Amino acid sequence: MKSGSNLEKILSQGKFAVTGELGPPQGSDINIIKEKSKHLRGMVDAVNITDNQTAVIRMSSWAAAIVAIQEGLEPNYQMVCRDRNRLAMQSDILGAYALGIRDMLCLSGDHQIFGNHPYAKKVFDIDSMQLISMVKKMRDEGKFLNGDDIVEPPKMFIGAAANPFGDPYDFRVFRLAKKIEAGADFIQTQCIYNMDIFRNWVKQANDMGLTEKVYILAGVTPMKGVGMARYMQKNVPGLDVPDWLIKRLRGVEKKKQASEGIKICCEQIEEFKEMKGIAGVHIMAIEWEQRVPEIAEQAKLLPRPKV
Amino acid sequence: MIIAKVKPLEEIKDMVKDYPKVLNVGCAGCTAVCLAGGQKEVDTLNTQLNSSFKADKVSFQVDGFTVERQCEMQFLAELDKIAGQYNAFLSMGCGAGVQFLAERFPRIPVFPAVNTSFVGVNKDIGWYEERCSSCGDCVLGITGGICPVTMCAKGLFNGPCGGPEDGHCEVDKDIPCAWVNIYERLKEQGRLENILKIFPARDWQNQIQGKIILEPYKKRYIK
Repeated sequence: MKSGSNLEKILSQGKFAVTGELGPPQGSDINIIKEKSKHLRGMVDAVNITDNQTAVIRMSSWAAAIVAIQEGLEPNYQMVCRDRNRLAMQSDILGAYALGIRDMLCLSGDHQIFGNHPYAKKVFDIDSMQLISMVKKMRDEGKFLNGDDIVEPPKMFIGAAANPFGDPYDFRVFRLAKKIEAGADFIQTQCIYNMDIFRNWVKQANDMGLTEKVYILAGVTPMKGVGMARYMQKNVPGLDVPDWLIKRLRGVEKKKQASEGIKICCEQIEEFKEMKGIAGVHIMAIEWEQRVPEIAEQAKLLPRPKV
Repeated sequence: MIIAKVKPLEEIKDMVKDYPKVLNVGCAGCTAVCLAGGQKEVDTLNTQLNSSFKADKVSFQVDGFTVERQCEMQFLAELDKIAGQYNAFLSMGCGAGVQFLAERFPRIPVFPAVNTSFVGVNKDIGWYEERCSSCGDCVLGITGGICPVTMCAKGLFNGPCGGPEDGHCEVDKDIPCAWVNIYERLKEQGRLENILKIFPARDWQNQIQGKIILEPYKKRYIK
């Protein structure tokens, strides 16, 4: 075992893993995390705790992750390269591990221009690839980036992101290969809507032998309605929302669109369960945590295995 | 070259308003080429300042003098004889020029009239774009002549991130994605292997003031 986390155990035993997502509050009210945790407990194997997502200030991801642990969830601690240099990153990783965090997702981070402090100075001292390597070095060699020894090295199960839909499409699978080489144990993908492109990407990964080296969790975000689908099609960088999906949502009356969105999401999950090279699903129900039990139930993901 | 842009008139006025006699020092180097701080721009700014203060009924006089380059002491020496006539200097050189001018005349307040913006190129008349961040450890040989530090909004060394669409950066549709371009160019040159391997975390060279003394001169300057 690399970290011995619940997520690692589930995946290494070949069970179909389920992860969720919890965005920390834009304030210091712990009750908001507790409330969101209630909906996720028992529904997922680990829950991503986002790190100032979309560059909007929120409670620090490690602090919210600790609350999640207290609420009976396993956090997947997200860390972005936008806000911290290598000193801050390594010290936060030590602290996170000391307090019981065992899964970690290494990301570049959204550019600060999208957030609520658009003229903050960006850091990007290292990028996501280099962050993955650094966390692996800390774990496997027991050394900091500079080569100094760590007393009691942090042993994280290392996650990375992949976007099969970004430009240049032909390079995406090679970027996945680089992340695996850097040290990623598991991959969580961008929200998938265009299944044709995704199937092709997974096939490439299978053909290159990559899916034998890494666990890929397919990312899904249920659409709440036509408005959200159109917004994501037009405004979210790196997302591919096909027209058929919008058409299908439009085909049902407004009140039933959310259920239709969940239905589409569950159909995708059913396919992922059977898809060669896919080890689990990452459900990103953005500010919609209360619907996760319904999705987990409908997609026949329950009960979650005890390992 | 260094690209600069003239500051708003009100900001310049606010800096010099308490000094009745000011010398506006132009630079015939980079800031002249990018039409921000050469002799012509000195004349234009001086006309604006003189007429604007006159309208405000404030006693003010500004003269102009453009040196070859403000980043060379020998050219700044040309000001030695006239400097004493002025209460303050405006500089239309880049930030390096402003500081060197201030170093030459430490008793005279110096105010910048331009904002030094970046190291860039002349895309077309009046159109300048950044190309270099002076990071001190050039990787252009690996990245197909496209700088990931400057041209990628996140300065990624192992890009592209998940954001590019139709070849443009996620932060702005008018900005091309550096990593899409790096990929396309290296593919064209048959050198894609350059970016298939991981680029390790780098030792940033520009974290303290830069200083270069050429080998043959070391004896002269380093005691």
